[in-house]
Amino acid sequence: MASYKATRIPSFPRLGEKVTQDTLYWRNYKTPVQIKEFGAVTKIDFSPLSPHNYAVTASTRIHIYGPYSQEPVKSFTRFKDTAYSGTFRSDGQLLVAGSEEALIRLFDVSGRVALREYTGHSKAVHFTDFSADRFHILSGSDDYTCRLWDIPSSAEVSRYSEHTDYVRCGTPSRLNPDVFITGSYDHTVKVFDSRKERSVMTMDHGQPVESVLLFPSEGLLVSAGGRYVKVWDMLKGGQVLVSLKNHHKTVTCLCMSSTGQRLLSGSLDRHVKVYSTTTYKVVHNFDYAASILSIALAPNDDSIIAGMTNGVLSVKHKKHPEDRKMVGGTSRHRPAYRVFVKGKNYMPKQDDFLVRKREKAHLKQYDKELKRFQVSKALDSVLKPHVRLKTPEVTVAVIQELNRRGTLKNALAGRDEKGLSILLSFLIRNVVDSRFAPILLTVAEMVLDIYMKVVGQSAVVDKQILKLQELVEKEIDYQQELMEVLGMMDTLFATMTAKKEAAALCLVHFSTNHCISKLSKKIQKGG
Amino acid sequence: MYRWQSGLWRLIDPGPGWIFASLIHLFVQFLLCASGDAVHVYSTSTEERVHVLQGHVDLVTGLRLNSSNHLQVYSCSLDGTVKLWDFTDGILIKTYIVGHKIFSLYVSKFHEGTVFIILPMESKAFQLVALHLPKTTGPEVEARDILSVLRDVSPIPKATSFGRGGEFVASASGLQLSVYFFRKQKTYRFSLKANDKKGARNRFTCVASHPNDDCIATGHEDGKIRLWRNFSQKKEYTYSTEHWHHSAVNALHFTPEGTELLSGGVESVLVLWRYGAGSKKDFVPRLGSAIEHISVSPDGSLYCTSHKDNKIVVMKSSRDISAIIQGLVKGVTDLLIDPRTKALVCNGKPGHLQFFSLRHDKQLYNLDIVQQEYIHEAGLHQCEVTKAAIDAQGSWLATVEERQENPEELDIILKLWAYDESTQSFHLNTSISMAHEGQISAMCFSGDAEATMLVTTGRDGHFKAWLLADHPDAQGEGASWSCDYVGSYHRREPTRCCFSADGSLLAVGFGEVVTVWSPSTWELLVTFSQPPGDIRDLCFGRLSCSKYLLGTTTKNLLCCWNLLTCSLEWSSTVDVILLQPDPLSENMAAFSRASGSTDLFVFKPSEPRPLFSQKAVCSGTVRRAVFAPREEVLEGCDESTQWLSCSRLYFLTEHMELMTFSTKSEEDQIIASSKQLVIDDSVAVTPFYLLLGKHRKSQRETQDSVSSHTAARIQLPQGSPAIRELLHTPAHVLPSASFLCNMFVNSLLISKCREEEMGSEEEEEAEEQESEGEMEASVSAQGPAVQGFQTEPTPQLSKAQERELRKLQKADFSWLSSLLDS
Repeated sequence: MASYKATRIPSFPRLGEKVTQDTLYWRNYKTPVQIKEFGAVTKIDFSPLSPHNYAVTASTRIHIYGPYSQEPVKSFTRFKDTAYSGTFRSDGQLLVAGSEEALIRLFDVSGRVALREYTGHSKAVHFTDFSADRFHILSGSDDYTCRLWDIPSSAEVSRYSEHTDYVRCGTPSRLNPDVFITGSYDHTVKVFDSRKERSVMTMDHGQPVESVLLFPSEGLLVSAGGRYVKVWDMLKGGQVLVSLKNHHKTVTCLCMSSTGQRLLSGSLDRHVKVYSTTTYKVVHNFDYAASILSIALAPNDDSIIAGMTNGVLSVKHKKHPEDRKMVGGTSRHRPAYRVFVKGKNYMPKQDDFLVRKREKAHLKQYDKELKRFQVSKALDSVLKPHVRLKTPEVTVAVIQELNRRGTLKNALAGRDEKGLSILLSFLIRNVVDSRFAPILLTVAEMVLDIYMKVVGQSAVVDKQILKLQELVEKEIDYQQELMEVLGMMDTLFATMTAKKEAAALCLVHFSTNHCISKLSKKIQKGG
Repeated sequence: MYRWQSGLWRLIDPGPGWIFASLIHLFVQFLLCASGDAVHVYSTSTEERVHVLQGHVDLVTGLRLNSSNHLQVYSCSLDGTVKLWDFTDGILIKTYIVGHKIFSLYVSKFHEGTVFIILPMESKAFQLVALHLPKTTGPEVEARDILSVLRDVSPIPKATSFGRGGEFVASASGLQLSVYFFRKQKTYRFSLKANDKKGARNRFTCVASHPNDDCIATGHEDGKIRLWRNFSQKKEYTYSTEHWHHSAVNALHFTPEGTELLSGGVESVLVLWRYGAGSKKDFVPRLGSAIEHISVSPDGSLYCTSHKDNKIVVMKSSRDISAIIQGLVKGVTDLLIDPRTKALVCNGKPGHLQFFSLRHDKQLYNLDIVQQEYIHEAGLHQCEVTKAAIDAQGSWLATVEERQENPEELDIILKLWAYDESTQSFHLNTSISMAHEGQISAMCFSGDAEATMLVTTGRDGHFKAWLLADHPDAQGEGASWSCDYVGSYHRREPTRCCFSADGSLLAVGFGEVVTVWSPSTWELLVTFSQPPGDIRDLCFGRLSCSKYLLGTTTKNLLCCWNLLTCSLEWSSTVDVILLQPDPLSENMAAFSRASGSTDLFVFKPSEPRPLFSQKAVCSGTVRRAVFAPREEVLEGCDESTQWLSCSRLYFLTEHMELMTFSTKSEEDQIIASSKQLVIDDSVAVTPFYLLLGKHRKSQRETQDSVSSHTAARIQLPQGSPAIRELLHTPAHVLPSASFLCNMFVNSLLISKCREEEMGSEEEEEAEEQESEGEMEASVSAQGPAVQGFQTEPTPQLSKAQERELRKLQKADFSWLSSLLDS
């Protein structure tokens, strides 16, 4: 006759964000290493040379760290005031930095003392960089000017004073040694050509520009300022391609992944967002402990380094498959493949009479107990830690099945202190989960009914019941607030045509609310 | 089986669909079962019905084997007659007229020429009497020689049992067990208390006596089985109690040897207690539905249980199930027609939908909708399939299952099933729990072939549209259904919904208002209202009448709105309880209530005069109706039967009878085919049966293991009578095997290829004329003869064939003619 039908475990829609290729990629980093600096970390720059050391500019120092070291391999401490924008030259030999003292210093990476000092700016220099031909230095200063310097002679080659506010960021073109781009607090991004007297292109960002970044192809330019990240098409004469508003505080830094496929932006709202450069949609999001001022990705995305306002440098290294093997140690011995195919790879000949063994349906432990009508044991088997913690939906499905059979009360009754406390802890963990709430509220009611008499005999159980009550009360408040919000939303939606979402949402919340308030009354009555 | 209605029209109920297995009697080859006013004889090996013993005019209440002749059976009925039948040939031998209502019948070896029947006494009591059967000849005999045996017995057949070959009779009624010894002519009565401190309920439900030991087994309301011994003393009787059943024991039966006691109840588990071995027992679990009756064949090799869901299960004594005779299960959902198999779809086993082939009067398969273990327990709230709908192509099935424990807790699951071509059955695609906050009151698919849409209306005041959509995010999952639109109208409760034939309009009835929506934009196009009275049924006209929308209201109004002018075209005051459109024509069938019976009107919305009307098609109301498309258009219909030409109307009455309309010519065909069936099915175990039957059985087993969802497959060719004869004829009179081989193989071919082959063979015949191969010619002549058995013989003969025939006449075919004649 028909065989036993196993308990159906309903598949719930997955809550939270969907797992995509991007989330898998960006999650594949180890827990961050935290390094404490002396002040806010304003700039991180990777050396283009092989060990890929990185320079971290914070307070009056510039530290150079090795890829896996937590101690600086080198530090430049000769600044009398805050240093800014420590940047490597493309050959990795020289490092340039601006400072609050209106000076620009050029260091040899292997040396200690500054090779050159460039004087001429009247106010703090926040942005310095090398030009693509390696012989010039660009700088932008709070005196509204940006200048081009000759490295060997320390002479100022040209000066542009078109900006009307602090120049805080900029980037040289990697393809053309004469072209560089600056962003300023006067809301504009300007493109300069050293062969011309004036700027060749001006783009209005609309907010004080905090950071600019060129795409590897240099056809597109990204600027960040205020809450916006804007992408400009340079070849169309500086037309805005897309304007992204995904942060809720000022975006401070930008960075491109090694392949050029993803764009990262860090913000004072403590988030780093990853955008796809084809769709300009946010594909991933990192959370940090403090506001982010600077961010950098190592070549090949081997590590993500973020500098924050509280002086903490967070370094995340990528997980490598080899690492896991090291950590895991000895792998578990499994039966060999031939054990499973034993006797099954024999092909019957033409005249053979085949006697097949009846295939045995494998039932889970709870199904075996349910088949025997052992309701308490079935419930016990799904209240084991690995089931109730990892797959609460299985536990709930079995409870639902017991309820359908009308034997839930029998299964819940007759538990000792330990069993009851496991049951209560499961309830506390899951009772407010909207997927499980309807049935678990019934369970909670039944538990209170059954064990009303023993309240006061065990401190552990009493504590848990109080906790449950607290939880339920909190949930009621929460639902009440939601209802208020919904009421407000309803008035907003009333004018719009799309009423359906609000109506559906409203109904769901109403029903849950109703159940929960009923339970709360019960608890108050009992305890 | 046929009830004549005004000459041409009659109602038939689809024969074996109804078993009503109230009484069964099992033999090694045959299974007898009383069903209504007839006794059905089934073959235990083929599960086919062999005979229907018709003659009683009221419910058959008893069925017993004649103890002196094992090929005869007594039956009794409420019409006050006892009839003696030869069940192997299906012949009525004798009728004994008693003149009182007979509630049960028993025979015992001890008393030849006497049967025991239960008759009503005055004041609602019943008595067991011995009826002496007069030995006079003649088909009808008055039998008035009655001798009272026991007074105050229960009229239920299960509550009385003859023990030890008829030495005593035990009968239980209420809380009292009475045992009457024929030798001593003495009655002993034993009483039990109604209940005790432990909550036992001791009322007797059934009695069985051990065939050759002094032991009586009684079943009780609380599931206990008591084995009484030493009951020939008034005081020193003893009994032992066994308790396994959790609710009343419905049936008890000893095996003929007395080694085992079989019991069954609501749990639908057959329990086999070993006699004399205490509480040792075996189980046959999950028989599907509550056991009503148990029977064992006289040699003890077969057991048989009849179930509440119109099913008889035959199992061997090794607990292997050998046959299941399943009738149409009574249900409450909508009647549907599956467009692919043309099968009737309705509730089957609990939580299942059954696909019942109307053409073959046979259940095709059961589709498990609920997919939960069914707990057989009285008073448990079960998950029930309440609504079902199939789209026009038969590729999607939507079902609604409900479980309501109390008014506040309602579980509703809307499930959508996709038809899978490879496995030929439906597979679950989407399951939506709590699709509506209240019960789902109506559901329908749009007729649009490209974008199938489902609309459900709920008691929560909304109607929802569901669309099949691909979710690109969900990897590895195909398309699934999701909600597309939620609509409501002034917080009224929607009751009915209906799509127009092309799927461009949706009509939803909200109370007394009909709203018409455009499913593409979800715009409310127009509203109709004809107060007072809420909308009961809604449907759009089809084909040439597609501009009409028809609705019926609770206040006896049938309205027809014109959708082009948005006005009421006509209305009439008829209390229409059911309105059913024919999907293949413009016709509509309306059932109306009139003084205890139901009238039927068939009309076209565009014409004022009904095409057909029939007063009092059945007593009581009609629950559901459906138009089933015919396999082929019926030719030669006159004006009044024109509406039956492309589809047939089936309807389900209050008493759960399925009825249909058919024309006279059809009726004759049915009778003819049923006669043919009788000839065909007197099958014994032949070598050929062993060959093909084995095949069939293994096929069935695999079907079962694949959760019995596979659809009806092409049947293997059945043995034609010629082969059967061939295998039965003694070998020494047959021609040589090499000669017979060709013929045998030809007859095994499936008929379609046979017809093609027939043509080619005729050509061959023409060629072979010159060669004058008499033997070969005789073989090819044999081929068409076999095929012609079921089809009509062709009267026209060509000249070449006539010449052939003449040639055949010369040859000696005496052996062949003896084959065909026998």
